[in-house]
Amino acid sequence: MSTPTHEMWTARLRSSWQRNLPIEKLLPDDQPAYVASWIYVFGVATIAALGVIIASGIVLAFQGPAWYHTSDIGNFTNSIHFWSVQMFFAFMVIHLWGKFWMAAWRGNRVRTWITGAVAFVVSIATAFTGYLVQTNFDSQWISFEAKDGFNSVGVGAWFTVTNLGQMLLLHVAFLPLILGVLTLVHVLMVRRRGVVPPIDAVPANLEVRK
Amino acid sequence: MTGWLASFLNHPATYLKWGWFQISISNLIVILIMLALFAAAILIKFPKGRE
Amino acid sequence: MSRSSKAKEEFDAAPWQGKTRKYDIIKEGTVALLVVAILTVALSLLLGSPDDTPLTFKGWATTNSDNFYATAVSELAGTSGTATYGPPYNSAADGLNVGPLWLQKWAGVSRPIDTVNDFVIAPLSTQVMSVEIASALATWKAAAQTEQNTWATNYDSAIAKVEGKLSAVPAGNYGPVPALAQGLTDMAKAGGLDAALLSQGGFFQTDNTKQILFFGDGSYLDDAGTAANLQGGTWGMMNETGRYPGQAWLWLYSFWYQIPPFNNEESKPIGANADAYIMVLMGALSLGLILIPLIPGVKTLPMRIPIHRGIWRQYYEENGIKRRKY
Repeated sequence: MSTPTHEMWTARLRSSWQRNLPIEKLLPDDQPAYVASWIYVFGVATIAALGVIIASGIVLAFQGPAWYHTSDIGNFTNSIHFWSVQMFFAFMVIHLWGKFWMAAWRGNRVRTWITGAVAFVVSIATAFTGYLVQTNFDSQWISFEAKDGFNSVGVGAWFTVTNLGQMLLLHVAFLPLILGVLTLVHVLMVRRRGVVPPIDAVPANLEVRK
Repeated sequence: MTGWLASFLNHPATYLKWGWFQISISNLIVILIMLALFAAAILIKFPKGRE
Repeated sequence: MSRSSKAKEEFDAAPWQGKTRKYDIIKEGTVALLVVAILTVALSLLLGSPDDTPLTFKGWATTNSDNFYATAVSELAGTSGTATYGPPYNSAADGLNVGPLWLQKWAGVSRPIDTVNDFVIAPLSTQVMSVEIASALATWKAAAQTEQNTWATNYDSAIAKVEGKLSAVPAGNYGPVPALAQGLTDMAKAGGLDAALLSQGGFFQTDNTKQILFFGDGSYLDDAGTAANLQGGTWGMMNETGRYPGQAWLWLYSFWYQIPPFNNEESKPIGANADAYIMVLMGALSLGLILIPLIPGVKTLPMRIPIHRGIWRQYYEENGIKRRKY
């Protein structure tokens, strides 16, 4: 006996997706009227900075970790990577401050906050491995110092900050993948639930206006 | 293409120290810019869009 | 949850029924990308990025040959930082603990390092060497381990006694150790040690652990870190070489190392195990950040400190919404 179509896994995923995240929610052409503050630009600014980081990172990856020491173009690309990371963190932290003071986890949005906060922690790990693969004095110093922290809690047995090959692969493959997926899930959650209403807005406000 | 002002930046940094606390001027600037952006984002009026 | 807060939660969760405004999400994203791209290009053209060249064993052995020599002896005697480290490199110590949790010890010796052979004997053996060094190596290899240890320890203590002033070390039962240390110093000076430590006789190598650990056992790297103000005890974790901004986002991690009991290695149990305690503390605080929406007292802060009145000022004003009590 064959399974009814609506019970097929694929069909279930499709209908749940269509119910929760129709294309109008994914790519809206309007927003609630309260979405009117400059604080809202820091989320998209963070993603934009991440885009520049990934683009410059791909160029650096093609040429290998030591290229930028000797090439002007390499040095420039490395500078783009460096400053986009500084901006990424600045924008992300401002976004985090903003969302905290909006209590943006209200109305079934706790998981959105959690994915964002986890993405912040993963970003720190990703940036940290980046500092280790610069193949310059910085990476010598940071790896020698940081090993003690990781070793002290046993993590150093597997996560070896002095192992350039391991750090390079984590930095260019594993961690960006995790961060990319977290960012995507975070954004999809925001689109699914919509932007959180103001703290002092209550149903009565809507009725008064009507 | 190593940065027109890179020779200025490739010098030992200046640190501000108060007792056990210290911070490099560059980090302080970055943090102040972040706080200023946050304050500006809240205080500056957002342009009115179409309703 | 009271009835009104439950109603508010349901209202916040429901799709927005009120007024809307036009909003072009793709345009916003494109503009943001352009602005950030232009800003990064401008900053890169103006400021460049930090890139201090790495230090080398050659540089160390050339500028501070006595310190390199003494460090080589300490690797043979088993008294260096690496030789006495414990897991994951060896079992010379138990490592740090957090109360009853000996995580460092339990994780085991997963990256074994034998400072005698990995740092000194093996690299030295890869070289074309003088008769003197060759015979010193042969003597060392033919000796029993206890004898090797006696020679190296004698010499290491003698050097420590005169505070590293090699010319002041009296004669003693040091066996081939002085010749080995001299051989390694000469090898480092010639620039042969950097690669030999990495390759360990092999071809492909991507793991710099042995190089970096040996490097940190002497004073050369440490002095360079101090000169660049990168020491952990002085907020160095946040700092960058030159005048560039560093990892400012590590401020809290860095902070703990500045205050008691973490900043005092003598203070037990926390100061002596500061690395482990701070790692656990930061893990807990990170978890706290992630779980803010669930933490009583913290999750209501935004309602009690009304920064949101500024954020949604326009909406509140237009709809005459007064501040609510929470």
